[in-house]
This record gives sequence, C-alpha cells and structure tokens, in this order.
Amino acid sequence: MLTAPHLTYSLLAPILIVLGGALIGVLVEAVIKKGSRAAIQTTIALGTLFLAFVYLLKVHTQTSRTAAVASVAIDGVGIFIQGTILILSFIAVLYIADTDNFAAQASAVPGSDEERVAIQAGKQQTEVFPLTLFAVSGMLLFPIATDLITLFVALEVLSLPLYLMAGLSRRRRLLSQEAALKYFLLGAFSSAFFLFGAAFLYGYSGSITLDGIATAISTNTSNDVFLLIGIAFLSVGLLFKIGAVPFHSWTPDVYQGAPTPITGFMAACTKIAAMGATLRIFYVGFGPAQWQWKPIILTIAILTMVVGGVAAIAQRDVKRMLAFSSIAHAGFLLAAVLALNGDGLKGALFYLATYGFTTLGAFGVITLVRDSSGEVSDLNRWVGLGKKSPLAASVFTLFLLSFAGIPLTSGFIAKFSLFTGAYETGNTVVVVVGVLTSAITAFFYLRVVVMLFFSDPKNSSVSVVIPSIMTRTAIAICAIVTIVLGVAPSLLLNTAQSFATFIR
Amino acid sequence: MSILTVLELIPLLGVAGLFVIPKGSTNLVKQFAIFISAIDLVISILMVVRFKRGISAMQFVESRNWISNFGIKYAVGIDGIALVLILMTTVLVPIVLLAGWNESENGRWSPRVYYALILTLETMMVGVFAATDVFLFYVIFEAMLIPVYFLIGGYGRGERAAAAMKFLLYSLLGGLLMLAAVIGTYVIATNQIGSTFDVKALSTLHIDSATENMLFLGFFVAFAIKAPLWPLHTWLPTAAKSATPATSVLLLGVLDKVGTYGMIRFCITLFPHAAHTFTPAIIVLSLISILYGAFLAIGQRDINGLIAFTSISHFGFITLGIFAMTSQGLTGASLYMVNHGFSTAALFLVAGWMASRRGSTKIEDFGGLQRVTPVMAWAFFLAGMSALALPGLSSFVSEFLVLVGTFTRYPLAAILGTTGIVLAALYVLLTVQRSLHGPTTPGNESLTDLNLREKIAIAPVIAILIIFGFFPKPITDVLNPASHEVMTHAGFVDPLPKAGK
Repeated sequence: MLTAPHLTYSLLAPILIVLGGALIGVLVEAVIKKGSRAAIQTTIALGTLFLAFVYLLKVHTQTSRTAAVASVAIDGVGIFIQGTILILSFIAVLYIADTDNFAAQASAVPGSDEERVAIQAGKQQTEVFPLTLFAVSGMLLFPIATDLITLFVALEVLSLPLYLMAGLSRRRRLLSQEAALKYFLLGAFSSAFFLFGAAFLYGYSGSITLDGIATAISTNTSNDVFLLIGIAFLSVGLLFKIGAVPFHSWTPDVYQGAPTPITGFMAACTKIAAMGATLRIFYVGFGPAQWQWKPIILTIAILTMVVGGVAAIAQRDVKRMLAFSSIAHAGFLLAAVLALNGDGLKGALFYLATYGFTTLGAFGVITLVRDSSGEVSDLNRWVGLGKKSPLAASVFTLFLLSFAGIPLTSGFIAKFSLFTGAYETGNTVVVVVGVLTSAITAFFYLRVVVMLFFSDPKNSSVSVVIPSIMTRTAIAICAIVTIVLGVAPSLLLNTAQSFATFIR
Repeated sequence: MSILTVLELIPLLGVAGLFVIPKGSTNLVKQFAIFISAIDLVISILMVVRFKRGISAMQFVESRNWISNFGIKYAVGIDGIALVLILMTTVLVPIVLLAGWNESENGRWSPRVYYALILTLETMMVGVFAATDVFLFYVIFEAMLIPVYFLIGGYGRGERAAAAMKFLLYSLLGGLLMLAAVIGTYVIATNQIGSTFDVKALSTLHIDSATENMLFLGFFVAFAIKAPLWPLHTWLPTAAKSATPATSVLLLGVLDKVGTYGMIRFCITLFPHAAHTFTPAIIVLSLISILYGAFLAIGQRDINGLIAFTSISHFGFITLGIFAMTSQGLTGASLYMVNHGFSTAALFLVAGWMASRRGSTKIEDFGGLQRVTPVMAWAFFLAGMSALALPGLSSFVSEFLVLVGTFTRYPLAAILGTTGIVLAALYVLLTVQRSLHGPTTPGNESLTDLNLREKIAIAPVIAILIIFGFFPKPITDVLNPASHEVMTHAGFVDPLPKAGK
C-alpha cells in the first residue's frame, strides 16, 4: 500500500493562503456584480497577502526546515525573501487598486467597438487581482524550491500570470500587447532552456535536488561536459528572469509597454524571487563547481552593469530608462552570486529589499505624471515638473538618488554591503567595475534631476494628478523606507544577517 | 554629547526652524539663518577656548554605534588641524550669509530653501572635519555634494545646471573610487583586527605594498578631485563662474579643503608607505598645479575664473606642503588652508559685490573703482594682496612655511614653487591695475560703495587676514602638535637643517 508523502502543510501555509486568495478572487470575478468587484478584489488581495505574512512569521519560529518531501527548504534566506515579496506585493496591490490603469475588457481588440462599449459602460474587469496573487504564489515558491522540478513549476506559476498582466494596459494597448507577446515568447524560450539544463543536470548527477547535484559535483571527477551544459542552460533561464545581459532585451520593451503598476510589481518582486532562486541554486547546488562557472558569471556581471548603465544614458522614456537601470542593478546583484559567502548573501538580501521599495516608489510616482490621454513617460515632457509639483519631483529625486547609491539613502548602504561581500572573497574586479558603473548610472539619474528642477516647464499639458489615498500611502511607505534604511540601516541589516543562511 | 555633535545639530535644528517660519517673511528667514550660524560660531569659539593646546591626541571625542553590523560608528574628535578648519567654517558661514543677503532671491526656489541648503551644508562641513570614522567621513563627504549641487544649480548664474552637473559627476566619480578603497581597507581590517572603521585602528594595519598603493590611489584621486589638483581641476572654474559668491566661498574655501584635509587624515595616516612611494609624483603634480593655475589666472578675463585658477595654484602649494613630509610643511599647509579660506572669501565676496553693481564679471568692465568706490576697492586690494602672499598678511606666513618645509627635503621643488609667487604677483597686480586703477571705465561712474551690511561682513575677514599675518602664533601653536603627530605616525623624521651653511 502506498503512503501519501507528508507535505508539512503548516510550513507551506503562506503559499497556500495566497493560492487560496487567488482562487477566491476568480470566484468573485465570476459571481459578484461588476460595480462592486474592484473594492472586494482589493480587499481580498490585501487581506490575503497580510494573512500570508502573518503566517510566515509563524513559520519562521518552527523547527522543521524542509517541507513537501524536501523539495522546498524553509531556511533563513527563503523566509527573508518570501517576507520581502509579500510586503512589496502588498504595496504593489495598493497601486493596482487604482484600476484606471487597466484595460476595461482585456479580451476586446484594441480600438474595436467592443472596447469602446466596455469603456462607456464603465465595465471594469478586475482579473488583475487574482493574477497578481497567482504570480505571488509562484514567487513565494521559486526562492525556496530545492529541486529542479519544483523550481520549474514555480518559475511557470510566477511567469504565466505576468505575461497576461503585461498586456492589460488601458492606454497604448497595442504597445502593451506587443510587450506581453514579446515577454511570453522570450519567456517561454528561456523556460525551455531552463528545462533543458535541468535534464542535463539530472543526467550528470542522477539527482534532481540541488543538494544531490552538489554532492555529485564534489564526488564525480570525470565528464564535466554534462554538468557545464546543464549549468549553462539552467543559468540562461535564471539570467533571463533577472534581466542580465545578454538575455535582457525583453526588459525595456516590457517595462515600457506594461501598465506602470505591473511594471513596478515585476521590477521589484520578480527580480527578488528570481534572484533568490539564483542565489540558492548557485550557493547550494553549484557551489562546489565554482571554478567552472565563476569566470562566466563574472563576465556576465560586468557586461550587465556596463550595458545597463551605458544604454540607459540614451533613453528618452522614463520607464525604459528605469528598465536599463534595473539591468545595471541586476549586474550589481550578480556580484553577490560571485561572492559565495555569508556577507555577500547578507548584502544581497538587504539590496533586494531596499531596491524593491525604491523601485516600487519610483514607478508609483510615474503613474501620477499624466496628461489628458494618460500617463506621460516621455522624459522631455517631464521637464520642469519640479516647479509644478515640488513634492512629487522631490520624492522621485529621492528614489533616483537611492538608485544612484548616494549616501544617506538605502541604496548606498545596499551597494556598500553587497560590494563588501564580493570584495571579501577576492572579487576585486567586479567591485571596481561596479563602482565605476555606479558613476555612469549616476549620470542619467542626475540628468533627470536636472530636467525636473533646473529647467523651465515647456509643456503645460503635463501635470501630476492628485493620488488616491492608497497610492499615496504606498509611495509614502517606499520613501520613508528609503530614507530610514539609509540613515539607520541596522534595522534591516541585522535581520538580513541572521537570515543569511541556506540549509541543504 | 560632545561639543562637536552640538555644533552639527544646531544648523540642522535651524533647518527645521526655517520651515516653521510663516510664508512671505523673507527677512525673518534670513535673520533666523544668520542667528543660527552665529550661535554655532559662539559655540565653536567656546570649543576653541576649551581645546587643550600642546596635546596631539584627539579631543572632544564621542563614539556611538551606528551600523553595528559593519562596526560603523558615529565617532567624532578633533586635533589641531581639524579644530582650525572647523573654526574657519563656523566663521565663514555667518559672514557669507550676511554678505550674500540678496543672493537667495534670484533663485529657482524660495530663499527658505537656499538657507536650508546652506545650514545643512554647515552641519556636514563640521561633521566631515570632525569624523574619525572612515565610513562616517565618506558618507558626509558624498552627501555634502547634494546641497552644493542644488545651490549651484538652483541659485547660480549662467550655465548653472551644466556646471552643477559637472561638479557633481566629477566628485561622484572620485567618491566612488574612494568607496572601493574604503571597502578594501575595511575587508583587510576585518581579517586582521575585526570590523572597524576607526582611523586610529585602521592605521595599524599591515597591508602588502601593491594593495596599499591601490588603496592609497583610491583615496588620493577622490581628494585630488576635491582639492583640485591638475589634471583633475576642470570642474572648478565652471563651478566658480556659475555659483553665487556665497556658494563659491563655501565651495572653494571650505569644501575643497576637505580634499587636502583628507590627504592628511587618511592618505598619509592610513597608507604611509604608499604615500612615500607616490610623493615624487604628487610633488610634480603640485608644481604643475602651482604654475598652471598661475599662468591660466594671468590669462583670465572673468573675475571668478581668475579666483578659481589662483585657487588651483594655491591648492598646489597646499598639496606641496603636505607631501613635503615635514612637520613644518604640514603646519604650513594646514595654515594655508585656513588663510586660503579667508582670502578666497574676501576675493569672492568683493568680486561678487563688484559684479552685482556693474552687472558683469569681466575684469575689463571694471576700472577706476578706486575713485568711485574707495572702500570696495581697498577691500579688493587687500584681498588681492593676501592672494599674492604679501608679507604682513596671513598667507605670507603659510606660503613661507610651506616653502621652507619643502626646501629641507626637496630643494628643487621649493625653488620651482617660488616662481609661483612671482606669477601670483603678476596676476594679482594686473587685475588690481585693470579693475581699480586707471581711468574710470564708462558706466562705472555711478557705482555705489559698500553699504553698512557689506562692510560688517567683510571687516572680520580683512581683520583676520591682517592679524594672523603679524601674529600667526595662536594658530601655529594649535597646528604644530597635530602635524608633528601625523608625520611621526607615518614614520617621517624631519630632516636636520644643514649646519654651517
């Protein structure tokens, strides 16, 4: 007789809660009248994320550290990343709650009568909320998964909703749908690479767990070809998700085309989840083979920083600029992969959390800058915004300064702790390139500051709309976190340090 | 709480106070800001009184955990060198606020923002000289760029946005190189003595020479950009031409001193062997700066450009004095920093008044001011004489000490440096002649002389230039133990004078 595997549901509770919330959201979409859906969906999404976070705090104190037949590991890094994702997606939902950004009826062809009728009737579909929750559940699973199959499932669970969400923009729908299609095709392609790599790794080690692969690398001395092919292809899938060069080309298009709240959500949460999984795979699984993959990852890290930084200079669209800046930041984060030590891990955790808040805050401000036809992301039309709405411009400047890593913002401490970790294990090159690239990135961030504050407004049609209470709260939280963690980083650094452990 | 912390906090409280003042009361804003900076001045004078002379150890020490994870502390403390620089800062801030009474009104934002930026800057300027934790120093070193950036970009003249950007990018690049060096030093410290950023502890590290050279360069390039040393000086003239006089005074008078101060406090103290290795190269760069700055100053037609290039020349002297590696040279260099601060302040302030009256910053547009506006002309004349280091004015003492200190170790460098003095006479006298003497240039006949507020602002500066020209001992007494300590710690022994010659 077969015995059912023991899944330790209590440890998986946060993921299950989010999945449950998503399912309820689908039901609401089916049975509740259109007028009251948005409010109910928002409440469910926020409540679910809150509940999941509360449960995560409980999980944190439990002793059993692996669950679901050891296919997930509930360890420090996993819990820290899950917590960060839950908090950040809570903030992202506050933006998403402003449903004005989303297509009234996503299935209607852009520019068709059907679409016009849907808009006129004020029918607002709210499928974006359950989709967000599905994506979040995948993001929660991805960084704690310890075998290749679970990793792949999580990757797909988090990606598929995102492909849809990228196409939901109410305005400039063609651009949005193009972005969604690009993201889907390239994403599917990279998933295939991931799966291909997983197959080779299984062929090499005879195991699908990261621990098993690590053991095989340590004991097996012959025939590294399968291992290298496996690592290479698996990395392609991961590097695609975090937006590293040369797998970055989707980033600017998708960031630009997707509805801005979704862009913020992707830029923050997806990057964190993917980076969490990458760290686990390289630290736990590929650690013993570091001499084989380090040169490649080093090259990719340097390329990513430089290409992201240099290409951002040429951008005239604020969302595209932030896309390239996120690429440069992915490069910085790869320094933590190279560090392969506790301090690097601590730095990466701190970096991910602070970067998430800053990113969400920046995209939050972008949603507010509009003219009569919707959001304005063309930087030339942002000129002189500091005169019209000093507060919004100042807050945006704060986020830019944090991206640039100016002291007394969280971005500086993040960069410092990350580079310290990398330097400790002798990765001087990546640190030096990192600081030089920081100077390049500072250039385009500051150029935006010049546009905002030091030039007179040319165009009077652009203005900052008065944000809803939820958006206002979200931006305020991000700004406060950015300053507080810049001045008193110990609040989070100590937590990051005590959570910076993997179990095998 | 150390008195240094009080000095840092008061301007910050002042910033908070500024935003409580109701809208529209611009005069109240100005008076309040000056009042706050005056309180800071009084407290700093109290600090000088309590400062124990003849001791080389750090005084008014305070240390609190800040980021315990990295052993980062809020640690402050001062020796003689830091003391005089902080005093210079607290003296200059009320003076420039008084002198630039109307500067805040042509800006992009309200006067309130202007004064908030200046007071924030004062906090940071005190903090940067007081910091004894390398990380704290670095944070302030970088963060103080932001208020200056907005001061130049928001309240400056001409191509102010571009000048602000150039200034910030240059400084950031240097700062980031320094960040890499800070990280490197920290990692070495972690391996040897545990996580710490304390300057004193870090100066005991054993670093292999290749690494030490790289770390030294990381710090040095940042400081050489700040205290512009040829060829890293190109941001300075554009910034000086675009900034308001008050900002220029603080930028060249105080902020740039952070560079030379950093060379003493960090480059030499933390990496003495590397400092030794690079000394010849740095001396050459200093000499080039002295001569290059002087030659370009002669050719300047813009009065602010002229002051900027004379400053490059003077910073050459300061760097020369520091890297002569004698305690005499170091005392001279430290004294030079203070004197340059006041003499530049006098030059920029008077030039600013001249320019705002004439509506031009071109030297050729002035002329015959001696007859029209005698007080202003005299003030400018004295400031100019101080810039050329006329005996009897304070700059002379420091320039002399630097050259003597250099001569004992590098005679040739001292001789070449002396030619800088000759060139200084040329650029100052030419400018004085063109702007003050000769026939009155058409359009200048009706210029008004300095008003009472301006006289009150410039009087203390001129007084300081003259008093310390005749009687520099109070300052040198404070500086001597500190510079002796720096040199001894770095392992340099002053060469004995060659007897019988």
